[in-house]
Amino acid sequence: MDKTMELEIFRYRPEQDSEPTFQTYEVPFHTEWVILDAVNYIKDEIDGTLSYRWSCRMGVCGSCGMMVNGVPKLTCAAFLKDYTGKIRIEPLEGFPVERDLIFSMDDFIAKLKSVKPWIIRKEGEDKPLEEGEYLQTPRQLVEYQQYTMCINCMLCYAACPVYAHDNTFLGPAAIALGQRYNMDSRDQGRDQRQEAIASHEGIWQCTFVGECSAVCPKDVDPAGAIQRAKVASTIDYFKELLLPWGKKS
Amino acid sequence: MAKSNEPIPWSLFSAGGMLSAILLPILIVITGILVPFGFAPLESLGFDRVHAAVSGNLLVKLILFGFIFLSFFHWAHRFRFALVDMGLRKIKGLIGFACYGSALAGTVITAALLWRI
Ligand code: SF4
Ligand code: FES
Repeated sequence: MDKTMELEIFRYRPEQDSEPTFQTYEVPFHTEWVILDAVNYIKDEIDGTLSYRWSCRMGVCGSCGMMVNGVPKLTCAAFLKDYTGKIRIEPLEGFPVERDLIFSMDDFIAKLKSVKPWIIRKEGEDKPLEEGEYLQTPRQLVEYQQYTMCINCMLCYAACPVYAHDNTFLGPAAIALGQRYNMDSRDQGRDQRQEAIASHEGIWQCTFVGECSAVCPKDVDPAGAIQRAKVASTIDYFKELLLPWGKKS
Repeated sequence: MAKSNEPIPWSLFSAGGMLSAILLPILIVITGILVPFGFAPLESLGFDRVHAAVSGNLLVKLILFGFIFLSFFHWAHRFRFALVDMGLRKIKGLIGFACYGSALAGTVITAALLWRI
């Protein structure tokens, strides 16, 4: 083995550890290896008890997110060669750890559901199937396309100091995905989503730190989505305040 | 989930932020560079001249008032969240009251001062 690298990995096995510990492994260094390759090497060659999530190895499935030297990263997109010294690997911050690098995603999944991330049509306004799809112009597509790139990797939650303080916050990706449907010309469900999005726990907890957009591997720009939602919700609010008779039923 | 009244402070905050972002650099250039380094005559910021520009000129007073009062609310909102984020979550009601209360007091004082000029 020529050059090697050291990985210091967060371990927690609830049946035997009362507290998390760190375990250091030495792995071969290859310029083309990403951190996930090194972790897979550990699992296959050194220590089969290490638990973590991954699937696609190409930045699509969103399951390999970990804290790498304290920064949330997709480990299949972070190259070993960009690091020097010991690399510290921990589970994504802000979520309850279940085992080693695996954490519970329940909170995120519940939040995602609460913004109803699917196309909603008003009652009686959905077309029968035989009439075909709802058409959309390229311009209408561009309005929301960026937000469709989200792979639910949760790096943005791990980076968000507001979520770290208070996990009642709806959080970046869920709001961005709500916006994704709100801005879709085929959708009519914005009012239903507003209940979660325009609430105290929704956009108004955000203090525009912007870390979510900085760490997002897909350039979704959730911080931008939240700002747009704030502007739109503020307009709603004043409309309702000043024109109460125009209130939507 | 409760509907939030947050749009009120937030809209004051963002209006204040926008105005300060646009106007503060201009003010810094005028008061911090152009006049002190002699690119513009010193008298252009002389008391008499500035006083004359404000006194009796309702439009100037209104603009000044808008700028100052929105800046106060911008500060209040930012400071409220800074304190809460620094860990004072438990007394966030009190913090909100103190921050917006100070901004409101500043606004009243500004109005009174501008009125008297
Ligand atoms: S918004 Fe970006 S960082 Fe957040 S879950 Fe989606 S892809 Fe990941
Ligand atoms: S393994 Fe699928 S995104 Fe990294």
